[in-house]
Amino acid sequence: MASEKVKTFTDNNFDDETSKGVVLVDFWAEWCGPCRRLAPTVDALASEFDGRATVAKLNVDENPNVPGRFAVRGIPTLLLFKEGQLAETIVGLRAKEDIAQMIERHLGA
Amino acid sequence: MADRNVIIIGSGPAGLTAALYTARANLKPLLVEGLEAGGQLMLTTMVDNWPGFRDGILGPDLMTEMRAQAERFGAEVMQGDVTRVDLQSRPFTLSFANGKSVTTESLIIATGASARWLEIGSDRKLSGHGVSTCATCDGYFFRGRPIAVVGGGDSAMEEAIYLTRFASKVTVVHRRDTLRASKIMQDKAFANPKIEFIWDSEVSDVLDGGKGEVTGVVVRNLKTLHETTVPLDGVFIAIGHTPNTSLFVGQVNLDENGYIRTHAGSKTNIAGVFAAGDVQDHIYRQAITAAGSGCMAAIDAERYLEGLSHHLPPEAALQTTT
Repeated sequence: MASEKVKTFTDNNFDDETSKGVVLVDFWAEWCGPCRRLAPTVDALASEFDGRATVAKLNVDENPNVPGRFAVRGIPTLLLFKEGQLAETIVGLRAKEDIAQMIERHLGA
Repeated sequence: MADRNVIIIGSGPAGLTAALYTARANLKPLLVEGLEAGGQLMLTTMVDNWPGFRDGILGPDLMTEMRAQAERFGAEVMQGDVTRVDLQSRPFTLSFANGKSVTTESLIIATGASARWLEIGSDRKLSGHGVSTCATCDGYFFRGRPIAVVGGGDSAMEEAIYLTRFASKVTVVHRRDTLRASKIMQDKAFANPKIEFIWDSEVSDVLDGGKGEVTGVVVRNLKTLHETTVPLDGVFIAIGHTPNTSLFVGQVNLDENGYIRTHAGSKTNIAGVFAAGDVQDHIYRQAITAAGSGCMAAIDAERYLEGLSHHLPPEAALQTTT
């Protein structure tokens, strides 16, 4: 189960939710093995950045529009938004420390 | 004295089988799993050639079972990124990305192999935006769209057939005029009305880097050198694997393709260092052969440890040291 600190984004609330601050979105699906591998990392990041950055998941099965808009055609994909603008893209698995550093970089600037 | 009797790097069928056997031998193994935990089977769907499952078993489910079985007998699994190994002095030392390190009397290398890319630049650049090495992960995004599969082996045919569930058309681009795939896979692919073939050709470029998504591929005929642009939305690369041995360069003997050289079972050129699975096998590359060689490595490591006068009694083996 996803940690309660991880928000759930949908096609409907995506623009509102990503409009402010630093937001990391994990694009995933139930049938994606590597996504399952990344899930604990995303949970841990949500706790680590609680109150400083938003960490969220978007299910691509249930929400086809947002992945289409950002040309996401592979999962897991992590997109990082800063003040509503797409700032970083990570495709595939990555170590938690690397992702944390990336978030820190955008929080600091 | 070392922290550990045996450390296994890698958590695919080879690593988990080695963990199961060394755990049952009461050696309290530590298994280190990396980012691609569970190995290549995590990227598959139904596995129909794992003996004992007459109706097949899902790859990720099989790996969950193997892991639970190894843990049941006391194997300890940790997630970690090994950044350096020192196999020149004893006990051997493994260093992790978080700055910690651990020493061990013996080591089983089961780091496997990862999908190879075309290495033409544009393929990596468009990874996740239409270029993929994992049909089961990304096929879904190509419902009703034309795509290409690059390669002519069993895994290329398996991906092509799987992708016909989603894609409007699958074009297989292969360097030769015959497939390397097994007869049964060839027959399935040839019989599939959604699959077409472009022979004697390679993908020389993936379009369109500027736009940030795949709009087509440039296909070069290797006999005529004639290039044609094929418009499509996705490219799946299935041209084989490269062994994950960068950690061991200069430490363990590798062959000319980077695979670990083994002899007399799972032995490497360094006593106490063993290798199992795809990291040392470019011929069979099956889950069952990987598991078999993991078992061999465990037995070889056990015998090696028996020959050491000072190896840790099981009760003295530390729990987590990192």
